[in-house]
Parts: sequence; structure tokens; C-alpha cells
Amino acid sequence: MRWVLAATLCLLPVLGVAREATPAAEDPALEQRLMRLAKELRCLVCQNESLADSHADLAADLRQQIRDQMKAGRSDEQIKAWLTQRYGDFVLYRTPIKATTLALWFGPFVLLLAGLAGLLLYLRRRRARVGQPGLTPEDQARARALLREAEQGSSGPDAAARG
Amino acid sequence: MKSLRFLLPLLLFIVLLMFLWVGLSLNPREVPSPLVGKPAPPFQLARLDDPAKTLAEKDLRGQVWLLNVWASWCVSCMEEHPVLVQLSKQGVVPVYGLNYKDQRAAAQAWLDRNGDPYTLSMADPDGKVGIEYGVYGVPETYVIDKTGVIRYKQIGPVTQKVLSERILPLVRQLQAS
Amino acid sequence: MIPELGHFALIVALCIACVQALVPLLGAQRGDSNWMALARPAAQGQFVFVAMAFTCLAWSFVSNDFSVLNVASNSNSMLPLRYRFAATWGSHEGSLLLWVLMLNLWMTAVSVFSRRLPGEMVARILAVMAMISIGFLLFLLFTSNPFERLLPPAADGRDLNPLLQDPGMVIHPPMLYMGYVGFSVAFAFAIAALIGGRLDATWARWSRPWTTMAWAFLTVGIALGSGWAYYVLGWGGWWFWDPVENASFMPWLVGTALIHSLAVTEKRGGFKLWTVLLAISTFSLSLLGTFLVRSGVLTSVHAFATDPRRGIFILAFLALVIGASLLLFAWRAPKVGLGGLFALVSREVALLVNNVLLVAAAALVLLGTLFPLFHEVLGYGKLSVGLPWFEITFPVVMVPAVLLMGIGPLLRWKEGKLGASALRLKWAGGLAIVGAVVVPVMMGGWSILVAMGILLAVWVAAAGFANLAGRIAQLRTSTGASASAALRHLPRGYWGMLVAHLGVAVFIVGVTLVRGYEVEKDVRMNPGDTVTAGGYQFRLEGLKPVQGPNYDATRAVVSVTRNQRSVTTLYPEKRFFTVQQMPMTEAAIDSGLTRDLYVSLGEPLADGAWIVRVYYKPFVDWIWGGAFLMALGGIIAVTDRRYRAARRYERSLVADATIPVAQGTG
Repeated sequence: MRWVLAATLCLLPVLGVAREATPAAEDPALEQRLMRLAKELRCLVCQNESLADSHADLAADLRQQIRDQMKAGRSDEQIKAWLTQRYGDFVLYRTPIKATTLALWFGPFVLLLAGLAGLLLYLRRRRARVGQPGLTPEDQARARALLREAEQGSSGPDAAARG
Repeated sequence: MKSLRFLLPLLLFIVLLMFLWVGLSLNPREVPSPLVGKPAPPFQLARLDDPAKTLAEKDLRGQVWLLNVWASWCVSCMEEHPVLVQLSKQGVVPVYGLNYKDQRAAAQAWLDRNGDPYTLSMADPDGKVGIEYGVYGVPETYVIDKTGVIRYKQIGPVTQKVLSERILPLVRQLQAS
Repeated sequence: MIPELGHFALIVALCIACVQALVPLLGAQRGDSNWMALARPAAQGQFVFVAMAFTCLAWSFVSNDFSVLNVASNSNSMLPLRYRFAATWGSHEGSLLLWVLMLNLWMTAVSVFSRRLPGEMVARILAVMAMISIGFLLFLLFTSNPFERLLPPAADGRDLNPLLQDPGMVIHPPMLYMGYVGFSVAFAFAIAALIGGRLDATWARWSRPWTTMAWAFLTVGIALGSGWAYYVLGWGGWWFWDPVENASFMPWLVGTALIHSLAVTEKRGGFKLWTVLLAISTFSLSLLGTFLVRSGVLTSVHAFATDPRRGIFILAFLALVIGASLLLFAWRAPKVGLGGLFALVSREVALLVNNVLLVAAAALVLLGTLFPLFHEVLGYGKLSVGLPWFEITFPVVMVPAVLLMGIGPLLRWKEGKLGASALRLKWAGGLAIVGAVVVPVMMGGWSILVAMGILLAVWVAAAGFANLAGRIAQLRTSTGASASAALRHLPRGYWGMLVAHLGVAVFIVGVTLVRGYEVEKDVRMNPGDTVTAGGYQFRLEGLKPVQGPNYDATRAVVSVTRNQRSVTTLYPEKRFFTVQQMPMTEAAIDSGLTRDLYVSLGEPLADGAWIVRVYYKPFVDWIWGGAFLMALGGIIAVTDRRYRAARRYERSLVADATIPVAQGTG
């Protein structure tokens, strides 16, 4: 049995088992880390693209720089700091949390809570307003008088004419 | 009192409008440099005219100087080149060139064709020094003072207006101190 | 001659628009029926001239008239015919003309399909739309003339941007603009109601189908744009939170809130002011979007070339239109009365919460898009807000909204006790949890994010079916009809809602599964190499050069197999457009119900090999399938018979009534 298996294995190359393609990057794990970081960085010469997606020359240069730094053992935070020292916060797509960006990071939650709170307040105020009786005593008296008039009118001589 | 509540949307809109109005005068593609006010990043690059010799940033201490990032393939550089040539003739402040991502032969030919305003030019073929300086486009120009601190960055071509209104006054001020 | 004719037609259209804006409006104020009656023919006349102008521009493109600057800048004689036509709207000027054309289309539709509306209402609506038309026509004629001549004429054109040479270019902008601009109808209805002081349930009923139609178009337009980016950009992304994308998404979010709010106003007479404010806001966001895209205030891959003069003009126009409407709102609002009563737990409240959430979502998108501008104007420097921020914050607002989608339709108006529906909902909830546990494992690995997505999707779908089951049961007990008769009896509005909500569930499934389980392989391939992704084997058979109408390309042949059986052959290309000297990747995609197989060519390498990117994207087409279902739901709802001949509907009501009329009229 074993020799049948061995013979088959020897025949495999002849049968044309395809050659598996090699990854484009030299170090796929590093490349994955690079792309994950690059997705959070901005291409400076493009019109709103990330460093990962951009085809621009500067983007390729920066990706290479980052690759070299990663190989040298720098952490993501260190690389981001290195970039912001040279290009400012503009290069970070994941907006840093600073005093001036608190409104950005907490804004949505504040908006949501404010909206829901406003809704609650409105609903409560509405119940109070709508809960009041519709007619004042004067209006009620007027309504009664009008109804009496209508009743008397329908049985009177003008009823037919009024229809 | 109640009716004032209904003015809220309009008021919010007016605030938005004001921001948009100011926004019209800004350039969203311009990236200001965080290096202004910081020491100029050190470099040691081969000179364009004599590759055997190098130029380092510390060689230029003690004087106010301009660093102009240029390349032979850069179209906008043609715009500012006459201004720089004229500036170099006046001898007010030395201009050093950083030849960015270029080839020596093409760069030299470009200078021969269009005039050479640079006291010296250095070659940065892989753009590494450019990245250290936060260069993201060409041309860009830096004003560096006597102690080696970057005082101003001009993004885009240096026009006559920029020169007379921004760069030269600053240079004179730095030279006096 | 023809460009001048087009130019002249625009001027005539402007004159008609001026008359249309002034006379019917005054007529409505004075009660002059002759003046009011001018609105309809004026609208139709304006349309004729705008259509003429558009035809002239399109003709210039199709016939390669390079003496027109716009044609010379955006077209080329080698460009295929359909793209020469689409290039008509490929520039700022041309797309503005498309905007005006769409506005006129909607205006004409309103003038034709509004027989049942009172005269002053129609007069005011058409007058308001004419005012908007005036603004855009002035903009066109004074700063963005598409008919400007180039003399001496160019020998040939600079060609359309290769990224735009695609069927997507032919259909996405028209659909998108139909939506964007369509909200001007809802806006005009709201303004007309504010001016006339007539704001009631009937107004909502008239306004609703127009608004829903515009919303459906916008949904389709955005979906098409996303799908186009997916296959054109070469790396399979479909939404980037780019300012221009956000500019179309904000009106969509508020528009969704609007169609829900209109439901309350129509059925219960409530939320009138809120609905009017939403109608104004939706169109304002459309206009804001137009400003953001063309003024240069924000950078975007979609932005048109900018000119400060244009930015100022649009901003002024924005200030005028929105400022005036909000002022009118503030002035008229206190006089509008309250709607009906409702309890704290009722469909009204559910819809109100839905509205708050959707508006909060739109505000969130606005915040993220404009924050860099705010930050810079205040002097704090430049920064970027992009996908990482949106991906974290947006779901926080939308998840509650989606959860609510399950409960809301089951609540009753005015006072919603779930009653029998509660049990069905519990089943729906249980099913959702089961799905959240099982599906991720079946797909290849459990993760909390995927589980949450599946939970939401199954919840919405199952709750929808629970709702349907409940409705059928209710109809059967109250009328004694069979299940199939009950199904036929259900109004189209209801079916529309079910389909649209199902669309949301399908969309969420697509987004969740593709994010959770897509596989990307970036490899170096020589002919004969294979790469495996998602259980499929991709083999590069060979490459050959091909010639296109205006490009040279290298075409690869990639055979795809699975379990030794052939699935398909894909032909990705790397094109080089000769006029603009620009390379472009043409990805090859095999679309399927449960997955897309996506292959794109990267760069050629020195040794003759190529970098090839291969993707396995499970359920990605459910993203756009879901969006189209949403739009379909909208269209079904619009065909509800209560929007059609009212008399026929009233007769059918009487015929169908099985509930005896109240005894004794005493």
C-alpha cells in the first residue's frame, strides 16, 4: 500500500498540481500590521484617502518608512508620534483625543442623550397641556345656548326652508 | 417667550453659516508644519555639484538661511524660480536647495537651463530628508535662523508678494537679533 | 449655433421662472385664480426650455463639438458614445445643468399630478420651486456657464476622467440628483403650508408620496454610487465616509425621519411643526451638500474643481433659501395647533424616538464632516476626521434605531399595548439570539461584532414577519376572511413598510458578514500560480495585451475552481488611458448571492510576474440588495390606492366594510 502512495506522490508534479503563489509582501504579518496602521493614517497629497489606499509616491515612501521602523521594533504609538512631529495631527485619521477634540469624541453621545432628554421633556409638557379640559365655563354656556337654539329651530316653521 | 424657541433652528443655521463663510477663505489642502519654532532636523547629504562632498545642517549655523525644496520634474518650481534667482542676486540671504526625489543629471541640467540661485544644492534622491522636514509637496521653502530653528514654512511657490510681505521682513528681523 | 441656442434657452427659462415665482404667489395671497392658474403652464414651459438647453449641451458632447470649452475639457473623440453623453454631467457646469433639469422634471410632475390639490397650494408650491430654479439658473448663467466657447476650438478633448468611464457614470448621478432634488418638493409643500397657514393631516397625505418617491430615488442613487466605488476602485471598499458621500447621506437620514414623521402627521395629525421642520431640513441638507462639494471648503475625491466665486454664490444662495424658510418657520410656528393625544407607549412615541435617533445620526455625520473646519476656524490647527471615527460613533446611534424597528410597527396608534403581539415578538427575539450565536459559528468563527449585527438583522426581519402574522390573524378574526384574502386586503403602504424594513435587515447582514469574514490575498503571481481564498482556488492562466477604444490594457485570465470544479473565469485588466496618461485597474468580479469573487491586478514586477489582489467577499451584494429593497418598499408604498383616485378609494371602503354602521343616528 505504501508504495502506491509513494508512486502517486511522485506523479503529482507531473499531474500539474499548481504552484502556490507567494505573498506579495516579504513579511505578510508585518504587512498586515502596516496596513492596519496605514488605514488610520492620512495620505497628505491625496484628496481624502488613507495611507493604505493611496497610490501616490509620497504615500509609498511613507509606507516604506513605516515598514522600516516596524522592522526596527518601534511600536505603533511611536510611529504615529514620529509622523505627527513632522506632519501634525492632520496625518491621523483616527482623530486624537485632546482638549479641543472632546466635542468631537463625546459630541455624538451628548447629542443622543440631549435629543432623548428633550423628547422626554416635550412629552411630559405635552401631557400637562393637553390634559386640561377643553372648554371654559363661558364657552360651555355658549355651546349649550347654541344647541338649544338649533333644537328649537329644527321644529319651527323655518325648518323646511333651512333644510 | 414660547415663540423664541422656534428661532433656534435659524440661530443654529446662522452659526453654521459663519463657519462656512470663514471656511471659504481657508485652503483645506494646506498642511501647516508643526516644525515651525523647532530645531531644523539634522541632515548630511551629498552636494549636487560635487557628490564627494557633503553638506550638513550644522555647517549652516550662525546665519539666517533659506531651504528651498525643488525638483527638475516639478512644474510649480518654474513659477518661483525667477523670484529665487533674483533674490540670490540681491545677496540678502543665502538660499540652499534640497533637490527632492530627483536625478543628479536632470537636476543639474535644469539649473543650467534656468539659472542657479542656490549657494549650494544637496541631493535627496529617496526623499528621506524631505520626510524629516515634513515635506509633502514641491516646492516648499523654510526660513531657518542663526541657531538652527525653523521660523517659517512656505507651502507652494514663493511669489514676489510672499517674499516681500512675509519672508524678507522675517529674515531681516532674524538677522538683526 | 447649438450652444448659443442652449444658452439662450437657459435665459428664457430664467425669465419664465421669475414670472412663475412671483405671479402665482401673489395670486394665492390675493385669491386671484387667473394668476394662480399661471403656475402650471409656467412650470411646464420652463421645463421645455431647460430640457432644450440640456439637449443642446448633450448634443455638443455627442457630436464632439470641441469649440465648447466644457466639451473640450471633459470629452474626447475616442470616448465611446454612452460616455460622451454621460460626460454632459461630468463637470461642475454640466452637473449643475443636470440639477436644474431634475428640478424641472419634478416641478412638471407636480404640475401634472396635483389635480386634487387646492389651487393656492399648487400655486405656492410651484412658486417656491421656481425660486429655487431661479437661484440655480442664475448660478449657471453668471458663474458656471456650460456653453462657454473655446476659440480657436481644440483639435480634440482632454478626455473624461478614466475613473468615470463606466456605466456607473451613466446612471448614478441622474438617480442621485432625482433624490437630492426631489426633496425640494417636500420643501415646497412645507413652505406653501407655512405661507398659507394650512398645516394638517391632508397636507401630509399630499406631501407623503412625493417625499417617499424622492427618498426612494436617493436610496438608489447612494447605493449605485457605493456599488460603483466597490468595483472601480480596485480594493473592494464600498463606503469611505468621504465628505461628498456624507453630503448625500445626511439628507437620506433626515429624509427617512421625514417619511416616518409624515406618517404620524397623516394618520394622527400630530408632529406638524416637526414634520415641516424636517422637510425644510432635508432639502437644506441637499443644498448644503451642493455647497460642500463645489466650494472647495472640504477636500474629497469627488469634489469638483473649485473657484472661490462659486463658493460665495452658493453660500449666499444657501443663506437666503434656508434663512428665509427658517425665519418663516419661526414666525408661523406659534400659530399652529396641537395634534392628537397619545400615550407614552404608542406608535407615535416610537416614531418620535426614531426621528430623534435619525436626526442625531445626521447631526453626527455633519459633526464629523465639518469638525476639521470648525477646529481650524477656531484657530486650533488642522486635523482629520475619517473612517475610524465614524465607524465607532455611527453604530452607537443607529443600533437603538434598528432595535426600535422591531417594536414600533407593532405598537398601536395613540395607545399601544402589545397584547398578543408580545408573544410573537418574544419569538422574534429568541430567533435573533439563536441567529447571533449560530450564524457566526457557521461562517467560520464567532465574534461579538458579527453576533450583534446578525442579532439586529434577524430581529428586524423576524419582527416584521411577526407583525405580518399578527395583522393577518387580526383581519381573519374581524372579517372571517381566509388568510390569502387577508393578504390581498393589506394596503400597499403596509407592504411597502415590510419590504423596506426587510431591506434594512438584508443590508445589515451584508455589512456584518463581509466585514467579519472577507478574505484578502495580496500575492505575486506568474502564469500557472494559484492562490486560495475562501475555499476558492484562483489560477493565473496567462496575460495578454488588448486594445480598447481609448486605452491600452493588459488582460489577465484567471480561472476559478472550487473542490476541483470550475466556477468561472475572470478577466481583470490594467488599463492605460492614452489621452490623460492615467493608469486604471479594472477589477473582475464574479457576483453571487452568497459571495463575490474579486480579482484585481496590481503592478507588474521586474521578472514578468504581477502583483494580484484576490478577495473573497461573502454576502457583499446583500449590501446593495438591501438598499434596493428599501427603495422598492418606498415605491410600493407610493402606489397605495389612497394616493390614487380618491373617489374610487372611498367607494371601495364602503364596499369592503363588514363592520355594521352604528345603530341609530339619534
